[in-house]
Amino acid sequence: MSESTSRPVAYAISSTGAVTARRKIRFDNRYVAPLFITTILLIGHLSYGILESYKKTALAIAISIITELILGRVFFGKWLNLASAYITGISVGILVRSPAYWPYALCSAISIMSKYVLRVKGRHIWNPSNFGIAVLLFLAPETMAVLSIQWGNNYWSLLVIWILGSIIIWRARRFHISATYVAAFFLFAFLRSWIIGHPWQAEVAPITGPMYQLFVFFMITDPKTTVRSKMGQCVVAFFVALAEFFLRLDQVVYAPIFALFFVGPAANLLEMWWESRRQKGAVATA
Amino acid sequence: MTPSRSVRIVLVVLFLALLATPIAIKRLSAWSETGKSTLDASQALARYGFYFQEVARASGINFVHQAPTLDHQLDHIMPQVASMGAGASIVDFDRDGWQDIYLTNSGEGSKNCLYRNQGDGTFKDVAGDVGIADLNQSGTGVSMGAVWGDYDNDGYDDLFLYKWGRPELFHNDAGRHFTRVTEQAGLPQWANANTAIWFDYDGDGLLDLFIGGYYAEDIDLWHLKTTRIMPESFEYAKNGGRKYLYHNLGAGKFEEVSAKVGINSRRWALAASAADLRGSGHQDLFIANDYGVSELYFNNGKEFREVGEETGVGFAPKSGMTAAFGDVLNQGKYAVYVSNISEDGVLIQGNNLWVPQEGTSGDGLRYENLARALGVEMGGWSWGMQFGDLNNDGTLDLYLTNGYVSGDRNKSYWYDFSKVAGGNSAIIGDAKNWPAMEGRSLSGYQQKRVWLNDGAGRFNDVAQAVGATDTYDGRSVVFADLWNRGVLDVIVTNQRGPLLIYKNTVAPENKWIDFELEGSVSNRSAFGAEVKLFWNGRQQVQTVSGGSGFCAENQRRLHFGLGRTPQIERVVVRWPSGKTQTVDNPLVGQVNKIKEPA
Repeated sequence: MSESTSRPVAYAISSTGAVTARRKIRFDNRYVAPLFITTILLIGHLSYGILESYKKTALAIAISIITELILGRVFFGKWLNLASAYITGISVGILVRSPAYWPYALCSAISIMSKYVLRVKGRHIWNPSNFGIAVLLFLAPETMAVLSIQWGNNYWSLLVIWILGSIIIWRARRFHISATYVAAFFLFAFLRSWIIGHPWQAEVAPITGPMYQLFVFFMITDPKTTVRSKMGQCVVAFFVALAEFFLRLDQVVYAPIFALFFVGPAANLLEMWWESRRQKGAVATA
Repeated sequence: MTPSRSVRIVLVVLFLALLATPIAIKRLSAWSETGKSTLDASQALARYGFYFQEVARASGINFVHQAPTLDHQLDHIMPQVASMGAGASIVDFDRDGWQDIYLTNSGEGSKNCLYRNQGDGTFKDVAGDVGIADLNQSGTGVSMGAVWGDYDNDGYDDLFLYKWGRPELFHNDAGRHFTRVTEQAGLPQWANANTAIWFDYDGDGLLDLFIGGYYAEDIDLWHLKTTRIMPESFEYAKNGGRKYLYHNLGAGKFEEVSAKVGINSRRWALAASAADLRGSGHQDLFIANDYGVSELYFNNGKEFREVGEETGVGFAPKSGMTAAFGDVLNQGKYAVYVSNISEDGVLIQGNNLWVPQEGTSGDGLRYENLARALGVEMGGWSWGMQFGDLNNDGTLDLYLTNGYVSGDRNKSYWYDFSKVAGGNSAIIGDAKNWPAMEGRSLSGYQQKRVWLNDGAGRFNDVAQAVGATDTYDGRSVVFADLWNRGVLDVIVTNQRGPLLIYKNTVAPENKWIDFELEGSVSNRSAFGAEVKLFWNGRQQVQTVSGGSGFCAENQRRLHFGLGRTPQIERVVVRWPSGKTQTVDNPLVGQVNKIKEPA
């Protein structure tokens, strides 16, 4: 949701001086997403023991935070808020599946560094953990996979995560992105089922797994790596689902990861180009 | 503030270096593996101290496993479901001093085989003659595996056959014939079991029987009432078969006591093995479960306590396929190996080698997974394995077989498999939701692993170099000295494939010593007895096991490689009765027969 932010997201937040006391007791919105993803992790782990190991998850988080601290200092000359780095680290810690330690550390480091290295006009264009995971899936498939199995069979925990996630992204005014993607996923799942003749349940199955919970709530909604207009965000979410549709027809196991990897930056670049063209046009008109 | 150009360049270089890291690790790993290329026998012998020669047919064994054909509602995923049943166990059923081989078959109407070792290098199937062949008749289910143990202490190992169907117990009538005693023993009418072991859990001198269910026991796979028979989760399933623990009451009668002693799991058991892990005098029970965590039960002789998570072996859920014990570091302690599933780019579980943590013991025993550190982690879709000293150098090596379904080489089922495996229980649990396999492979045609222990904490895969070059869909692995030469030969069963016998030739300069134990106060099979050998400042412990690996049982004889110029310091035998015996002047290069003092 706010994985790549280094500053507070412009969520609905009270800002008048009169609410100072309230602000003290109200939760800073920057920490909603980290709290939520931590909740997911805790529900998943306490219910089913989803983590490969505490150490690996801790390593992913630690490397992510350390990298952010160092690069933030180098780039911006200050110690950045660590909420986004925490989300990146914990996403890596949950999603990466490897018996080795180094993929966790490397994935976190690459994810965070991508924010600082792969920048266009001062903006990074990939969701950090999406970039890190996609790159490692490509470079180290013999060592690393992504969480692709369900966490368990308790409908309640699943329901709690989806409802809680929906409420939080609604509050963050990004529900439309997730909703568009989920609706498009189902649409394309039924279409795939019709095309290839597999049971529709098989095509729908992936979205009932935990990888999609993280993908839907944290990756495709990332404010810093999505386009700005609401309609544009919906269109991008739809195109992510569309790209995933084709990748799935080609039997790519981690289709959503790669779909976002390709569509996300393309959309951002397109938006930048469009804005630049518009600004040039405005200057010329003036 | 924006960073200077030089800082940016450094950052980009660093970023590129990070991206190159996986490639560098891969190269480094490939460079350090030396046993990937094939060698001729003399080269393998010189370099690794042994080589294999596949001799099944030459020895008179033409066994080819047949898979069952289950309910037609499973037709679309039949190869995936009907994927087990090629089991192997070693027994000297007629006590002639030569190890015989019993093989389970799984086609409806197919015959199990008992290959009697004729002592001249050849084998003859005598299963039909002695009454233990025709055990896969329609309506009774099909065989999955067998374990041998002398449950009545008459000196002859009896046969327990577990099936997807009606399990059977046969009494060995002095090696001449077998009498079916299933009903008298009180065994279940139906159990979809994939593992069983003999062990004397309460130390009363009578062998008890553990049976681990895979599919739930109320499912008749040939007459499905529902297609909701699949695991409810790929890694958290608890809708498998129940477990049975049959306490031997004597006189051929057993009492089912699993719930009473604290074994209530409904996980999908694929392998079990028992050993006294804490030095308590009682054998603890380890269960490798498919679709979930492994379970370890500490046994106090009366009750079992599940300590998987507590000890570390039951924390991360994987797909446990096999379980075997081995003192891989020559520390006098058992490590446990559990095989799992790994497929590049899809699922990387890695196999587990659970080694006791330094400084832990007794009830405080804790394990750490050293599979990666020791180099025995990645084995594809792994199945059976065993520990044994294949080159008699004094350290335990590891043979692992693998491969799930070898169909069309150019078409993989993995994408569809992973698609459903990630789904909610409502989807994954119903067979009709699984896409049709249509002849595709699922981790097929895999290369086997023969991990050679270098004695310095590292294993090196030498399978191709020493001649283990098959790519069948392997299931059971068992070790036995089939020709009484002081070496471990390897017997491998393959699903829908031929039996393989890898005859082992070992460099003669490496010495060996064997022990054949017979209990008197303890169970006569001596299951649970352990031999601790001290030589040349080294030590190694081995236990006599009533079932180890996947659908497998090794020879009861314990084989120790000793390396060159061994000086035996002492041999200590600890019997299940609690007695400890020191063996005086054991003979190197001999099978030392030891009877428990009365």
